[in-house]
Amino acid sequence: MNNHMVTRSLAAVCGVGLLASLAACGDNTAASESTSATKDGVASLTGEYAGAGASSQQTAVEAWIEGFRSQAPNATVAYNPSGSGAGVSTFLTGSTVWAGSDKALSAEEVERSKSVCASGTAFDVPVYVSPIAVAFNLDGISTAGKHVNMDAATIAKVFNGEITRWNDPAITEQNPGLDLPNLTITVVHRSDKSGTTLNFVSYLKDVAPSAWPHDLSENWPNEVGQGAKGTSGVVSTIKQANGTIGYADFSQVGDLGTVAVKVGGDYTPISASAASKVIADSPVDTSVDGDNRIVVDINHKTAATGAYPIVLVSYDIVCPAYKESKDATFAKAWLTYVTSAEGQKAAQDAAGTAPLPSNLAGKITASIDQIKVG
Amino acid sequence: MSTASKPSASPAASSLTQPVNGQKADRVFRGVAYACGILILVTLAAVALFLLFRAWPLIGGDQQANSAVIENFTGGKAKSFWGYVGPLLFGTVLVAALALVLAFFVSIGIALFISHYAPKRLAAVLSYIVDILAAIPSVIYGLWGGLVLVPAIYPFWNWIAEYLGWIPLFAGPAANPPRTVATVALVLAIMILPIITSIARDIFLQTPKLLEEAALGLGATKWEMIKLSVLPFGKSGVISASMLGLGRALGETMAVLMILSPGLKYSFKLLQASQNQTIAANIAAQYPEADGIGVSVLIGTGLVLFVITFLVNLLARRITEKAGK
Repeated sequence: MNNHMVTRSLAAVCGVGLLASLAACGDNTAASESTSATKDGVASLTGEYAGAGASSQQTAVEAWIEGFRSQAPNATVAYNPSGSGAGVSTFLTGSTVWAGSDKALSAEEVERSKSVCASGTAFDVPVYVSPIAVAFNLDGISTAGKHVNMDAATIAKVFNGEITRWNDPAITEQNPGLDLPNLTITVVHRSDKSGTTLNFVSYLKDVAPSAWPHDLSENWPNEVGQGAKGTSGVVSTIKQANGTIGYADFSQVGDLGTVAVKVGGDYTPISASAASKVIADSPVDTSVDGDNRIVVDINHKTAATGAYPIVLVSYDIVCPAYKESKDATFAKAWLTYVTSAEGQKAAQDAAGTAPLPSNLAGKITASIDQIKVG
Repeated sequence: MSTASKPSASPAASSLTQPVNGQKADRVFRGVAYACGILILVTLAAVALFLLFRAWPLIGGDQQANSAVIENFTGGKAKSFWGYVGPLLFGTVLVAALALVLAFFVSIGIALFISHYAPKRLAAVLSYIVDILAAIPSVIYGLWGGLVLVPAIYPFWNWIAEYLGWIPLFAGPAANPPRTVATVALVLAIMILPIITSIARDIFLQTPKLLEEAALGLGATKWEMIKLSVLPFGKSGVISASMLGLGRALGETMAVLMILSPGLKYSFKLLQASQNQTIAANIAAQYPEADGIGVSVLIGTGLVLFVITFLVNLLARRITEKAGK
């Protein structure tokens, strides 16, 4: 009895001490960072700033809002994960400062942005790279943490219902070391519109056009397999049965097996750094309408060693000039933070995204500098 | 006692002799009752008007923009509103009707067991459990269906597809995981079972003892007695109970959304995935990404669901009235 009391009070004292030291830590960092940012007038930023857009960005944006608070403690930032399309429409009505989107603006949207921005047209800046996993559940293989090797044509045929069994010669030939079962493949895809779907099928279309006859769309194009709502729906459906395969954001697939994709002569397993490599090997699309835009033309056919080609690039969309000068200061500070090494690290820790490759950094800084402040 | 109550009795008596107060209370109560009754009508009218107004761009608006939105929703599988809402309506009615068929006979069985067969104690416990089941929110059934039932029931559907696959309804191969109409209908059946059971039980219990004893007196066995007196007496009540259940199944959203792999077909393949979708689940699934005309299209499908539930209830009324005569 007495002993318990002693241990308890000891624990309590320790707990309080820990809290105090943590609080001290928090204070310190906040103080040091706000001083470093004062020169931009960011620390004195006040008011409320709203963004809306891709639901896939939500986790990363939450981490950024948390990090941004230490730079501009008096600014309130809110993000509504209403979806890419809805987010861009809201931005084009002028009621949000920025939009998050899984795809770059269309020419028509750039044109419409003239009425919202004080001058010039809106532009997109990549904020992170997110690898898309081809995830599967197969007793004895995914449970043992093994990868299945597939090239783009095989993936396309599986998702188009032309390869229907796991021991199809097309798969076994690429996986001599695996004992693949004679089991039906159940394809799982998104039932709602999704940037993940668009990026996944554009990989198939680019690399294996003969095996993937469908047009590019955010909706799943064929009648193969099962649809599930949202990334979480796809992942939980894959988990529910043996022999399922689907595609989902890498950060969400947990302990499911993932397909190693053929790049050049090798099979690359999925990882954040491999996803950054394909973007480093991708050109910036200079043919797009509008100024300052950085639209990455993902090089799905890359042959770079160790690159993982199925990725999604997420963008933030902002104006070069705002009617409210406060909004411009915020947009510039926000993008600077988000694309900084610190912001990229925060997103990677929170959402498992891949950081932007360093060769884009110069272009991104140049674009952000075009935002007219004051 | 009597002496003490005398002085206090006189004011009471005086209030009784003043009929004005009573009339006032009567009027007030009548007014309140009327207001409540009218409130229901106003609410119904308001809902109908809201649906009509918000769906109006669909009827009176730019048809080209409408079909663009519908193509956008369905990935080009449907182009017109009726091409969109038709399969949804089919799916809604199919799922709800299957659920009703599955639940109906079991419910009647449970209700008869509680009212006429079970020992008193067991009957009381069972009644209580049925009432609790009726109170479980549908999202709980959805979670249970999606996370527990779906993986667990595959061997059963697979067996059915293998041995009864020659019946078009059960054409295989059974989807794995079975996020299919069959599984959804089963979960909805479990959801509406307590409602039907609890109403049917109350009605069976009200069968006049005279009728039952007369049947027994004529030498009927217990089953014959139930067939001759209890079931005919409860017929209209059981039908309205089923219609209440059907109404719940028609409008059920969460359970369907969480289990079914959606599709837009006129298909009876109960064991295969991505065949049908219901109106309510479709609205919930599409609403977050919809804007402007998209919302109008979804509200338009809601209007169709509203009309269908209305018609089902009207039909039920008709049947009940006929059965009552």
